[in-house]
Amino acid sequence: MAKYLFLKHYRGAPAAVNDVPMDQWAPGEIEAHIQYMEDFAAGLKDTGEYVDSQALAKEGAWVRSDGEGKPPVTDGPFAETKDLIAGFMIIDVDSYERAVELAGELSAAPGAGGRPIHEWLEVRPFMGSPTTVTD
Amino acid sequence: MDEAELRDLIPGVLAALVHRGADFATAEDAVQEALIRAVEAWPTQRPDDLKGWLITTAWRRFLDLARADVARRRREIRVYTEPPPGPSTQTDDTLQLYFLCAHPSLAPASAVALTLRAVGGLTTRQIAQAYLVPDATMAQRISRAKRTVSDARLDRPGDLRTVLRVLYLVFNEGYGGDVDLAAEAIRLARQLTATTDDVEVAGLLALFLLHHARRPARTRADGRLVPLADQDRGLWQRDLIAEGVAVLQAALARDRLGEYQAQAAIAALHADAQTADETDWVQIVEWYDELVALTNSPVVQLNRAVAVGQADGPQAGLAALADLDPTLPRYLASSAYLHERAGDIATAATLYVDAAAQAQNVAERNHLTLQAATLRQRLSGGEF
Repeated sequence: MAKYLFLKHYRGAPAAVNDVPMDQWAPGEIEAHIQYMEDFAAGLKDTGEYVDSQALAKEGAWVRSDGEGKPPVTDGPFAETKDLIAGFMIIDVDSYERAVELAGELSAAPGAGGRPIHEWLEVRPFMGSPTTVTD
Repeated sequence: MDEAELRDLIPGVLAALVHRGADFATAEDAVQEALIRAVEAWPTQRPDDLKGWLITTAWRRFLDLARADVARRRREIRVYTEPPPGPSTQTDDTLQLYFLCAHPSLAPASAVALTLRAVGGLTTRQIAQAYLVPDATMAQRISRAKRTVSDARLDRPGDLRTVLRVLYLVFNEGYGGDVDLAAEAIRLARQLTATTDDVEVAGLLALFLLHHARRPARTRADGRLVPLADQDRGLWQRDLIAEGVAVLQAALARDRLGEYQAQAAIAALHADAQTADETDWVQIVEWYDELVALTNSPVVQLNRAVAVGQADGPQAGLAALADLDPTLPRYLASSAYLHERAGDIATAATLYVDAAAQAQNVAERNHLTLQAATLRQRLSGGEF
């Protein structure tokens, strides 16, 4: 079993096939999209492959230490050019092939015109645990 | 009675219910509930026949569940009257449960989860914590697995190899939580040796014991991995080694070699060396040759190349490595190590960096990164 992270980007990913921003969708299209996402997560819960998923707010900032005794330095809001993560999902599946299959399914969520978005999702394996038998 | 002792009774209890005609999925739920009652009731009133008590309690619970099921779904059940308390079931039934939980129709993760719950008696929450997934996810995984095998026949011999594979996964995947999965795998392997005289079951148990013996030496207090060569062998658990060696020798004496016996033999040779320098690498290479013949596994060939490097020198090891696929996991780490031993520090440092970038877990990545840094420091004259 291996865990994978799906990253959905607001910005920074290659352009989707059906690349229309959500604020230009019809209300019914947005509802259909939300329903699809909920059904997808429910399906993963049912198969015992779901770990977590969260959407992230667009605002945020860079933060770094500025040395002992000083408050951290912040830099934000993010510049328009920054790669921006919209949300993530974590799954626990039997194989990389299964992870890709699921990411493909998620990418086909309906968008403008009710057609699949075909957006690019980033799929990243988790580091595993060290195995016991080494020799 | 400790928890492990209680859980030792579970396969027999579950098998007894299934033997009486209970469907596996409902019976498994009933046994879990009987266990909860046992934990509540036994401290104040301990029955004489613990297993008999569990069977009776689980059977009553099964009947309740089955009746409720009938009322709800109007489905026929095969059994509805309470039979007299039967004798303890034969070990054959326990073995059938292992087969069922490792059924070939199950994906490995499902087989692992079902085995830990139905044979091991762990709770769904414990299994979920051990594998770092939400409880609800693990509950679904287990209930799907139960549905998948619900039509499987219990009266046919299964494939012992899949059972051994499942136990190996439980032992070898070092996940955490409160449950000691390695100890659990050992307990289940021990139980399995009581139900079958298959020589590879003994081989697997020996392998587990010999590796488990090293556990106190395998990680530093801060969690960092200690390679075999650097381990404090005084920390190795000699009682486990003695048991592992005894189990292995009895198995090898039967002259039906299998991959787990061969792996255990390699672990036994390491256990036998008082210091890393005293390791009998020539014999270890011979066992790797056996393992390659048995499995033809590229990973085994990679380990063999490293052993050849120890037995016949790093150049021989590098020559053995040259025949293998460079994209194998740990190929770069092995190559780095052999180059380091051959005195080619610059190449080794670069290879350690590349190997760290490909590491599959954090402990290994940290170890490889540290190796690279140490060699680079040597190259720049920063030490001695």
